[in-house]
Amino acid sequence: MAKLMDWIDDRFPATKVWQEHMAQYYAPKNFNFWYYFGSLALLVLVLQIATGIVLTMHYKPDVSLAFASVEYTMRDVPAGWFMRYLHSTGASMFFVVVYLHMFRAMLYGSYKGPRELIWLLGMVIYIALMAEAFFGYLLPWGNMSYWGAQVIISLFGAIPWIGEGLAEWIRGDFVVSDATLNRFFAFHVILLPLLLALLVYLHIVALHKVGSNNPDGIEIKKQKDAEGKPLDGVPFHPYYTVKDFFGVSVFMALLLAIVFFAPELDGWFLEKDNFEPADILQTPPEIVPLWYLTPYYSILRAVTFEWLPGGAKLWGVLAMGFAIVLFFFLPWLDRSKVRSIRYRGWMYKTMLTLFAVNFVMLGYLGTKNPGYVDLIWFKNVVWAQIGLVIYFAFFLLMPIYTKLDRTKPEPDRVTGP
Amino acid sequence: MAEETDNERRRMLTTVTTGVGLVGAGALAVPFVASMTPSARAKAAGAPVEVDISRLSEGQMLAVEWRGKPVWIIRRTPEMLEDLAQIREKLSDPDSEVETQQPAYAKNKYRSIKPEVLVVLGVCTHLGCAPTKKFEQGKASGVSDDWVGGFFCPCHGSSFDLAGRVYRNVPAPTNLEVPPYSFLSDDRVLIGVGPEDTA
Repeated sequence: MAKLMDWIDDRFPATKVWQEHMAQYYAPKNFNFWYYFGSLALLVLVLQIATGIVLTMHYKPDVSLAFASVEYTMRDVPAGWFMRYLHSTGASMFFVVVYLHMFRAMLYGSYKGPRELIWLLGMVIYIALMAEAFFGYLLPWGNMSYWGAQVIISLFGAIPWIGEGLAEWIRGDFVVSDATLNRFFAFHVILLPLLLALLVYLHIVALHKVGSNNPDGIEIKKQKDAEGKPLDGVPFHPYYTVKDFFGVSVFMALLLAIVFFAPELDGWFLEKDNFEPADILQTPPEIVPLWYLTPYYSILRAVTFEWLPGGAKLWGVLAMGFAIVLFFFLPWLDRSKVRSIRYRGWMYKTMLTLFAVNFVMLGYLGTKNPGYVDLIWFKNVVWAQIGLVIYFAFFLLMPIYTKLDRTKPEPDRVTGP
Repeated sequence: MAEETDNERRRMLTTVTTGVGLVGAGALAVPFVASMTPSARAKAAGAPVEVDISRLSEGQMLAVEWRGKPVWIIRRTPEMLEDLAQIREKLSDPDSEVETQQPAYAKNKYRSIKPEVLVVLGVCTHLGCAPTKKFEQGKASGVSDDWVGGFFCPCHGSSFDLAGRVYRNVPAPTNLEVPPYSFLSDDRVLIGVGPEDTA
């Protein structure tokens, strides 16, 4: 066995890579609950690819066959229902995991220098993931698939001058049609998965260059022992491989509970209107994207001020795009001396809490009719407008409140978990 | 001497090679981009649609498909036509000033060739949803207490009157589009061909 390893190592750096990235890769010893979600995101990616390959074996990307082929997978293909529900539930759980992973970075300042590139690559992954989810959502050719695609592609039409041509180029037709379905299938099963795999690889390469942040937000590389190993570090394998396996077990139990007992999750993971085939004459009574896109959808719908130059439609689209783009600038908007929320003052704590609650509120409102009252006092659209202001204030005022905020002194060594 | 490297020559060759490579890559991008534009078949699929409206009674609406989009035909009642004039100040473009939204022969107070027959694309000018018909008046419509009948887009809350004219302060920027259409006879509408185009 050792001889075989030597033979391989002379030709491929197997042992070297294992040592550098697992057995002798030192990660801070104080990782807590929030640090499960990176490895879980990787798990879901693998799960989506595996179930996706099975689904492509039975799916037909043709407007006259697509809906029926999905139903066929559900009813006639052995374990087809299981594969499809794993895939549809996995898609939503991917976003659950990614949102918690991003929130972790905001809690502990993981995006701050020298980890800006990890954050930027992560944001590109997030956008690629939204695109992947959007393309995949058209494939069953349900009524919500069709109208959702219709609305989202029309967003590009709001761009002055080139918009209409661009929307036509994306659809490959003047309306969402067979050409659109066919290319979305290509994007969903080839383009985006390849891109995601590459981006995830780069995300991890960048992470292993600078090392993980931790709940205290301090550099463990500053305190090393005689051998040059960080005093507060533990080898990733076996310490964190075992910890992550525990996370995987709990996560899989949750995922399977949803798959087995509530795969539609009352319309949150699979929308009711998508159990009807696409009907180009009949919009579903409410067009809403799945929950993971609704915060931005709320922002889009909140802009109703027609006195804006260029019109409300253009500004709504701009506000939505800007809402996502702002995340990229976090490392430079945050002027705080410390990384972790543990050593920040009341201002950042208040703003981050407000932002998180607000993000959930916007997400909820995005699933509701803007003209109704689902919260208290005001119509949904008014709450969405308040939410929009809070959302942008969090980012745009960040350089001010993170600078003013009175921080606590950071410890030299990591504290308890 | 042959050993002397001619750095200027090397730089020139590197620049030229890079330049030719970039031009090649640029040229190669053209067919890739072009392959995603609408195909000849998609462009050809724009045939006009003939609709028989003899059984469309007053106050009723018919939806047909033309070029993959829903087209609505509504036979408006005299009361509906009267109400059109009363809501002027609530509308964003009551006189159909935006030229792109209707052919010249439909730029009138009813936005139609025959006053009672409205033909519009059932595509919200905001983001392309199909608005729903709300022909009941007042509270019963579920839109507002002073609603006089029209269309309401459930996606983003835009509202239109029974001539497809957009209300103020809604996300949709313009009136619903009136497609080119003409009457072959009293009861037969041809969608996709205007009156001046017919032989």
